Amino acid sequence: MSESANTIQFFTGFRFNDLGFLAEAAGNTLLISVISISIGSVLGCLFGWALHVSVLARYILGSVLDIFRSVPLIIQLLLFFNFFPILGLPLEPFAAGCIVLIFYTSALVAQVARGGIEAVPDSMRRASRSLGMSYLQDMRYVVWPIGARAMLPAWTGVALGVLKDSALVSVLGYLELLRASQILITRTQEPFIILAIVGAFYFALSYPIGKLSAKLEQRWQYD
Amino acid sequence: MLDASLNSDIQLKLFISLASLLSSGTHMDYTFHWRPVIKALPDLFSAALVTLEAAVLSMLLGIIFGLVLALMRLHGSRPLSLFATVWIELARNTPALLQLFFFGFGLGAFGWHLTPFTIVLCGLAFNNAGYLAENFRGGFQAIPAPQYKAARSLGMSATQTYTRIIIPQVFRLVYYPMTNQMVWAVLMSSLGMLVGFRELSGETQFLASNTFRLFEFFLAAAVFYYLLVKLILLAAHLLSRRLFTY
Repeated sequence: MSESANTIQFFTGFRFNDLGFLAEAAGNTLLISVISISIGSVLGCLFGWALHVSVLARYILGSVLDIFRSVPLIIQLLLFFNFFPILGLPLEPFAAGCIVLIFYTSALVAQVARGGIEAVPDSMRRASRSLGMSYLQDMRYVVWPIGARAMLPAWTGVALGVLKDSALVSVLGYLELLRASQILITRTQEPFIILAIVGAFYFALSYPIGKLSAKLEQRWQYD
Repeated sequence: MLDASLNSDIQLKLFISLASLLSSGTHMDYTFHWRPVIKALPDLFSAALVTLEAAVLSMLLGIIFGLVLALMRLHGSRPLSLFATVWIELARNTPALLQLFFFGFGLGAFGWHLTPFTIVLCGLAFNNAGYLAENFRGGFQAIPAPQYKAARSLGMSATQTYTRIIIPQVFRLVYYPMTNQMVWAVLMSSLGMLVGFRELSGETQFLASNTFRLFEFFLAAAVFYYLLVKLILLAAHLLSRRLFTY
């Protein structure tokens, strides 16, 4: 039949090249997660310190950060993404996703950091101050080493959570792992295989970090 | 409700059109219109109840599966404990949205077309069970072994020992993490909007695209979620006072 020569092929099977496409998308997932986790953690530690030090901050900053933890991330992303065009400054999906994830991370890390600071016994800090250390020295040489160890498991949990939650930025149109999977599924019509591969990518990103942190935690216990 | 037989193709298209809808268009002169939101408040309220329902049901399923998984991992034979480990690690190391898509589109590949509600329920229960199982495991390990021996030597059967001595104490130990998980379940149920489930987010998305008041509607949804979470925390606090004082 001459018709068959003109038939357009809508769907094509899963090809080896597609793994490269998925790997690139995994790189994007990693990029947005690393940026938001690193900046968010620094901010979160500052917020956590503020929550620990000042009662006023506990009321004002605490309740603001509480909003980030009580509203679904997807709603935060959509709100933020739709808010900037109102101001006349449309944002790229990547930028909007980064900003929301940074604040989301910092809200979660603030709580963890505050717990870490409070895990250092008061008597220890008084001892360091009475040995002549300044407040900053006390923070740097006493509170940080002990607090960081205390907060490591919870911080890893937050970091892995953000790595996985970065999947939601796909809703804004950022080409990360999950969005790449949607594109491939539309083309190949093989959702099961592709979702399994994408799951394996996420697993490969997340599982080693969790194991590493568990190992570190165990080692630090006997120091 | 959307048609229950909505298949994965249409859901995919919904997801993509949602993404393109939200990523297009800039409004330079925007005026806020709150009237559509106020008119839709009853709808939003009933949608919030659907969210709560999905979260509570998924939490109950998650607790049951989580307990079984924790016991399987601790005391099960090798294949059982391997099964539990695989479930737990998969649930904890992949995004919840991927898990939902798996129950939605992934199973669709085998001709199993679940309704949006079932997709969300299965996805959330799978996720909750994985996280809760790890909490329960910690709880079981924290109960001193002599208690088990004491209960058995008083003539209790193994089942009695677990249901009357061990599990009540475990619940008390993991009460706070469980409350947290409940909050997560409410927040995660918002992902239902991407598989066509009309809970709070799905309803908001529907109303917002009908009226083009995206920002106003999503802000209203955010307030609803905030109140819902606070309500759950308050209820958990009151319940804990009643349950755990002697």
